[in-house]
Amino acid sequence: MIELRDVHKRFGSHEVLKGITASVTKGEVVCIIGPSGSGKSTILRCINGLESYDSGDITIEGARVDRTAPSIVAVRTQVSMVFQRFNLFPHRTALENVIEGPVFVKKEKRGLAVERGRALLAQVGLADKADAHPPQLSGGQQQRVAIARALAMQPKAILFDEPTSALDPELVGEVLSVMRKLAEAGMTMVVVTHEMGFAREVADRVLFIDGGVIVEQGPAKAVLNQPQHPRTQDFLRRVLHPM
Amino acid sequence: MEKFASDAVEFLPILMHGVALTIIVTLGSLVLSTLLGLVWALMRVSGIAPLSWASAAIINLIRGIPIIVLLFYLYFVMPDLGVTMTALQAAIVGLGIAYSAYQAENFRAGIEAIDKGQIEAAQAIGMGWGLTMRRVILPQAVRIVLPPYGNVMIMMLKDSSQASTITVAELALQGKLIASSTFKNTSVFTLVALMYLTMSIPLILLVRHFEKRAGRK
Repeated sequence: MIELRDVHKRFGSHEVLKGITASVTKGEVVCIIGPSGSGKSTILRCINGLESYDSGDITIEGARVDRTAPSIVAVRTQVSMVFQRFNLFPHRTALENVIEGPVFVKKEKRGLAVERGRALLAQVGLADKADAHPPQLSGGQQQRVAIARALAMQPKAILFDEPTSALDPELVGEVLSVMRKLAEAGMTMVVVTHEMGFAREVADRVLFIDGGVIVEQGPAKAVLNQPQHPRTQDFLRRVLHPM
Repeated sequence: MEKFASDAVEFLPILMHGVALTIIVTLGSLVLSTLLGLVWALMRVSGIAPLSWASAAIINLIRGIPIIVLLFYLYFVMPDLGVTMTALQAAIVGLGIAYSAYQAENFRAGIEAIDKGQIEAAQAIGMGWGLTMRRVILPQAVRIVLPPYGNVMIMMLKDSSQASTITVAELALQGKLIASSTFKNTSVFTLVALMYLTMSIPLILLVRHFEKRAGRK
């Protein structure tokens, strides 16, 4: 469903992505792991056109992603994104955040969007917070609203960019459990994460990225339990046993 | 003091005519400068290089010309070029253009103060540039922009007196006319000053209100 073919991307003289080739099939959960600055987030941002890429191809169901083309709007309504820092609209309530895209981008009827928005907030456990503004919510609650906002677009896939990295440790669980339910319901997900437990249990496949290339990939349990490449082994050792 | 009171009673009705024109000039140029300022600011942040350069050039051009020269130009030079305006129109257009540069810089600062993550979140749900501005950026920028906007309003109220140089009989010119025909300079100009102050006070309170509101969130 999402295909990347030899994708290169540079920021000035620094080449962040040095030929990424990967694919995500419908209903699959793919976790991208790797050290900071390895290009993980950049991959996600290229997939929905928040960043341009210099060469190679990214296609979503056959349609090429080009952030300067008008077709990018269609891409973005089909592939939602959840950000590390939530990026909720602080001047709007939780419910308004959720219905913003359906009402103003997809031109859905407001009444219908509100009804669905409330159902989505209930689905992420925040039925009672519909009228709260983001600053009144905890980080975990904000991120769950952000997931509801992504779902409201009725996307074919959701990209998660380190969705729990900005959260206090005790709030990580509530976000991961929402994501796990989504995965079980068959949502196609690409998740950049440092949560190895989540990757092991929920992901179908794991990509390990370092220095702008995919160093190792395969079924989650294989990569995480028996990494083949020394750099993967070293990374996992440091993540799992930081002391 | 008694004399001042009787002068006040005598001159106030005439000065009130001036007040009416002062308010018209101020409000007219406020609206024009806000609209133009918004256009310059949006051009500046459009991400389209020629628009951004044009906006920067326009702002610097306007900033580099004294208001009084701009007024003279509009009122005395433009007729030679076939554009004739009444003194009041020229005053509103001149002050509106002059202040649009400051409004633009204020609006731009407000827009650029909004977290880039907001733009990305808007783009990620498929919003284009216009929708992102209208639904996400501008509503948040207003809060930041309002206190300095209030200060610009106060400055515009006072600078509306420059319209007197192109014969708009607003408060300052009415004062000058009365003073030169009665020689009661002290009474007249004290009255004029007090009237400007009286008009400024509600605006000063408004700015304070904006500042409190901006500080709350």
